Amino acid sequence: MAEVKYYLPEGLPTPRAQRDGLDKEYWDATRRHELVAQRCNSCGGFQWGPEAICHRCHSFDLGWAKLSGRGRLYSWIRTWNPVHPALREACPYLVAVVQIPEADNIRMVGNLLGDPLQNPPFDVEVEAVFEDHPDATLVHWKVVDG
Amino acid sequence: MSEYTVKDRVAIIGVGETKYYKRGQSPLSEFRLACEAIKRAAEDAGIDVREIDGISGYANDRNEASRVATALGLKQVGFMGMVWGGGGGGGSAAVGNAAAAIVAGYAKYVVVFRALAQGQFGRFGQAPVSQHVSGAAAYTAPYGLFVPAQWVALRTRRFMHDYGINQEPLAAVALADYYHAQFNPRAVMYGHPLTREQYDKSRWIVEPFHLYDCCMENDGAAALILTSADRARDSRKKPAYILAAAQGSGYRHAATVENSFDYSSSNFKTLAPRLYEMAGITPKDVDCAQIYEHFSGAVMISLVEHGFCQPEEVMEFVTFDNITAPNGKLPVNTSGGNIAECYMHGLELVIEAARQVRGDSTCQVPDCKISLVASGPMVSPVSDLLVHSM
Repeated sequence: MAEVKYYLPEGLPTPRAQRDGLDKEYWDATRRHELVAQRCNSCGGFQWGPEAICHRCHSFDLGWAKLSGRGRLYSWIRTWNPVHPALREACPYLVAVVQIPEADNIRMVGNLLGDPLQNPPFDVEVEAVFEDHPDATLVHWKVVDG
Repeated sequence: MSEYTVKDRVAIIGVGETKYYKRGQSPLSEFRLACEAIKRAAEDAGIDVREIDGISGYANDRNEASRVATALGLKQVGFMGMVWGGGGGGGSAAVGNAAAAIVAGYAKYVVVFRALAQGQFGRFGQAPVSQHVSGAAAYTAPYGLFVPAQWVALRTRRFMHDYGINQEPLAAVALADYYHAQFNPRAVMYGHPLTREQYDKSRWIVEPFHLYDCCMENDGAAALILTSADRARDSRKKPAYILAAAQGSGYRHAATVENSFDYSSSNFKTLAPRLYEMAGITPKDVDCAQIYEHFSGAVMISLVEHGFCQPEEVMEFVTFDNITAPNGKLPVNTSGGNIAECYMHGLELVIEAARQVRGDSTCQVPDCKISLVASGPMVSPVSDLLVHSM
């Protein structure tokens, strides 16, 4: 089958959990096709990316909360210049910054699936799409129809 | 006047640069370029290089201060300082730190320099190739989000959306840089004028940035020398006095994975008020501005955050006529800057500000008393400098 397996070609760096264990839960959850974010067990606030301390209440008691996988398209770009050798045949492609209202408006990044020449409106609703690779699972986004 | 200020206590007394090359074209090593720029700045200042007793740098400069001091045979060194952060955000801060060291009595003559030879070392606009990635980059690199052009484009696009801005202000910044470079024989793009048609037809790097909205990548070195206002009075060239300096960052600007609190800010919102307060001036008093342009879009946002116009006024204010010397309302990047003079991580912008107030710019703004430098939009830290003539 000449089916396209991944949104971007293989050869880009594969994500790995940090050695200190800070974000292990996030990457483990993606394998189960669950989207989680760091949440403070003390004050309940979300933060992203993961940190060693809560920036609001300075508690070190940080946990993880499961998200619905829905968010708003906060910004996006279309890249035409291959900035990595693996992208030579992959341009243009879209990168999305997604704001998550249910999680204190933290923002997450992924590719925006679909036609790379589309011009999606800002703030449109998007949903997470999981893309399994041998060593890790990536989280992309697509515009929610209707 | 408050006791705690560098205002009018320090001056830039000499500037110098090597020949500026296209990326990878310098036949000389980066360290040799650094030494040459420092020698030229000392000549311009009319001092013996060995009188330098302070070294101030930024952006993890590879040409380590102790090696520079040793190679140049400096008699003694009382200050060696480095500003945190990569990229151009520390350019004005390195000057501010030099000024602080002089006021504190740590050193008498401080050199600020930047040297780049990207043929010898790696490029800024290309991602390093690796099999795995972890930490903050694990949330961006696997999606092909690697380089500053992309980070700045994401933020610029949100700003353009929020305030109804089209391509015109971006084009104005790029065309003004190229226009000014045509008067500057040092500029890499001297003799290579840019038309609006060429700009429009140039390839996209990442929307909204065409090729000409992006800084060059270059080889070369630049340096400037500061001393106390007392010593500056005897210097060979007219001193450019430090009117104010500011550095730093706003609330959680460096939050990773695109989580800056104020997403499309150039990160100058907390600095600019401190800068103007130290100087005792308002934006209306600024005669010309040197605004770090890694990418054109960040210039318009920096102009807003330094009080030259409201976000809703960008389309009327950031026009070619308004930002070109000699007659624009606020000439911007009068040497050609990072886009058309040389990408020396913005130190060439500090040098141009000094030249403007001493009156020997290649694109001189008539009767220029005060020039602003804004270093490093959208990164953390960023920094600001105001110089003036007395």
